[in-house]
Amino acid sequence: MASTEIARQAGEGARAVPLSGHVGFDSMPDQLVNKSVNHGFCFNILCVGETGMGKSTLMDTLFNTKFEGEPTQHNQPGVTLKSNTYELQESNVRLKLTVVNTVGFGDQINKEDSYKSIVEFIDAQFEAYLQEELKIKRTLHSYHDTRIHACLYFIAPTGHSLKSLDLVTMKKLDSKVNIIPIIAKSDAISKSELAKFKIKITSELVSNGVQIYQFPTDDESVAEINSSMNSHLPFAVVGSTEEVKLGNKMVKARQYPWGTVQVENENHCDFVKLREMLIRVNMEDLREQTHTRHYELYRRCKLEEMGFKDTDPDSKPFSLQETYEAKRNEFMGELQKKEEEMRQMFVQRVKEKEAELKEAEKELHEKFDRLKKLHQDEKKKLEEKKKSLDDELNMFKQKKTAAELLQNQAQQAGGSSTLKRDKERKNLGSL
Amino acid sequence: MGQQKNLEGYVGFASLPNQVYRKSVKRGFEFTLMVVGESGLGKSTLINSLFLTDLYSAEYPGPSHRIKKTVQVEQSKVLVKEGGVQLLLTIVDTPGFGDAVDNSNCWQPIIDHIDSKFEDYLNSESRVNRRQMPDSRIHCCLYFIAPSGHGLKPLDIEFMKRLHEKVNVIPLIAKADTLTPEECQQFKKQIMREIQEHKIKIYEFPETDDEEENRLVKKIKDKLPLAVVGSNTIIEVNGKRVRGRQYPWGVAEVENSDHCDFTILRDMLIRTHMQDLKDVTNNVHYENYRSRKLAAVTYNGVDNNRAKGQLSTKSPLAQMEEERREHVAKMEKMEMEMEQVFEMKVKEKVQKLKDSEAELQRRHEQMKKNLEAQHKDLEEKRRMFEEERANWEAQQRLEQQKLEATRTLEKNKKKAWYQKPYQSLSSP
Repeated sequence: MASTEIARQAGEGARAVPLSGHVGFDSMPDQLVNKSVNHGFCFNILCVGETGMGKSTLMDTLFNTKFEGEPTQHNQPGVTLKSNTYELQESNVRLKLTVVNTVGFGDQINKEDSYKSIVEFIDAQFEAYLQEELKIKRTLHSYHDTRIHACLYFIAPTGHSLKSLDLVTMKKLDSKVNIIPIIAKSDAISKSELAKFKIKITSELVSNGVQIYQFPTDDESVAEINSSMNSHLPFAVVGSTEEVKLGNKMVKARQYPWGTVQVENENHCDFVKLREMLIRVNMEDLREQTHTRHYELYRRCKLEEMGFKDTDPDSKPFSLQETYEAKRNEFMGELQKKEEEMRQMFVQRVKEKEAELKEAEKELHEKFDRLKKLHQDEKKKLEEKKKSLDDELNMFKQKKTAAELLQNQAQQAGGSSTLKRDKERKNLGSL
Repeated sequence: MGQQKNLEGYVGFASLPNQVYRKSVKRGFEFTLMVVGESGLGKSTLINSLFLTDLYSAEYPGPSHRIKKTVQVEQSKVLVKEGGVQLLLTIVDTPGFGDAVDNSNCWQPIIDHIDSKFEDYLNSESRVNRRQMPDSRIHCCLYFIAPSGHGLKPLDIEFMKRLHEKVNVIPLIAKADTLTPEECQQFKKQIMREIQEHKIKIYEFPETDDEEENRLVKKIKDKLPLAVVGSNTIIEVNGKRVRGRQYPWGVAEVENSDHCDFTILRDMLIRTHMQDLKDVTNNVHYENYRSRKLAAVTYNGVDNNRAKGQLSTKSPLAQMEEERREHVAKMEKMEMEMEQVFEMKVKEKVQKLKDSEAELQRRHEQMKKNLEAQHKDLEEKRRMFEEERANWEAQQRLEQQKLEATRTLEKNKKKAWYQKPYQSLSSP
């Protein structure tokens, strides 16, 4: 028996020992299966394709039931994604199936951004899972996984080649989801055209580097069927929920005037192959690929974006604690730096304003000092004027007093005042 | 959550279990079992009996053959294959446990080992580049109780209390062939009583929806703790080759359910509940370890999470995001406050300056007025003086004129008087 992954992992550390009897651990797969069955399964399909490609009909046909939905009009302004979840049961297996439809895909005049809503939706599911996985108290065991496990891409049955919208969209999606391209409404193509169409599509995909989902060939029990199916990609399908009587059976078919296309007839279309591959053989592998490849890629990119690394510059692996602590320290440092910067800015402003005000104050004082000086000068002048007036006043007073005295004397001296008068005259003269 | 839908035909996803089966066989299985107990309780022999192999043989001697001074933790890995299913079995031994005179803390190396396995898994789960994550976490711990027949020893209680929240503990009564069935019953009852009394959580078998299974589970529960006997030797009994222990009085058969509970242990541990043991380890014990570890990392041991209980469900990254937002808000508030204070202070100072200016201006005006008043006064005084002086001078002039006039008159009179005599003399 081929070596298992566990054996490979064990490597040198383990030695193989023979058993001398039946121990019983060969029931492990059954134990695991029982637990899975009890827990229930979940599967999420995304259908991408232009309006009117028969996406809803195909889903109904695949799952033998009528899912929700009115057929959509062609007048959607943008691409939106509508998702519906259903609980299905088959024997003892419970399946939580989510079908996501792209509404309005390909209807706009400018389709440049059509793929964006799809990519965003897929990323949002990854993000939700990542957030749950990173929580401190998490409940992964009971988490409803909404990540898209398979993307059925509906190609229009033009018979020529892929549209550029198809190439662009698939290129954007191939690293995020398992893409299974199918030719829709393939009852519009004849057999010979179909073969050419398939070859053209495959070569266009290859030349544009689009990675579509390959059915796994590493497990021998299914390797053969998977590899043969791989060569029939893309599947040309026809969907129908209407039944037509054929012989004594009712079969799902589409009735035309020129004949009846039987959905489950492998000569008419590849519906059976699709169902076989998608549901009966590889459903679990699709889920596994989504988790181990697409989700891990998303997670890795997201964490690297946030600055997480696995090893420090010396190539020593970080422990989780170190990583978080380093991140946290960096983060706190950043915050502190911002705070410091703001404080500094304020200190600067305060300083500047203070200097401004001081200047103003100085000017004010200078102005008033000048005025004061002027005032002093004025006062001095006034004083001088006052003084000179006083002097004049004094002089005048003296003069007056002297003159009065003289007059009095003159009057006192009366008639014989010749002598006096002479004297006075002399005195006066001498004055 | 979703709508119930009826299928009108066979779809085929009922093959999912087969797909899962196929993939699991391809991957292979792994299981880690820890055995703990004093030396000589037959741990190695029991492992050999459980897995029908010479895990411990002359080449790879079991722990009891090695003398240990302190409790060691040792791993042996073997790869076994059966029915197309490959199992990587790791047996973890703890030689030296309970063998010293002072056994305080002899459980610590074991706890450290369990934690270090959790830590390894946590680190590999948290890497950016995740590859295959080998699961070396301890899925089950078989604890061997010495068949004293009385009750649990203090060491037993202490050990189980410390480990029951870290690992699935399955207590076993070792060397059960030294107890008679009645003694065994009593012993079991006593042990279970003590386990309940000390609130020890031993591994519990899960309830299922299946009636049949539940009945089996109930039967097992009644027999806990399982009393086991192990043997490395094969003896012939009644033409059959069985594993057993040969005594003068008979053979104690390992796989005889009347003799001991070995088959129950084997069936439970390996054939029915191995996967559940792994699941409980992953979903309960590991998650407990992880949330405690991450909470410590996020909060650095600060008791923030006491007040904000619900934050403990966030991831450390979401926590940092939240802190970032809080910080931005805080900074905005701080900026606003600083701005306010700044404005206020500036206003104050400007106001003061204005007041000062007004005051100075007022004083200056006053002084000027004062001076002007004085000027006016002086002017007035001068004017008055001038007027007075002018008046007086005018008066003086008048007086002077009068005087002059009088004097001239007198002078003329005198002159005339003087001349007269001269005239009289000269005239005959």
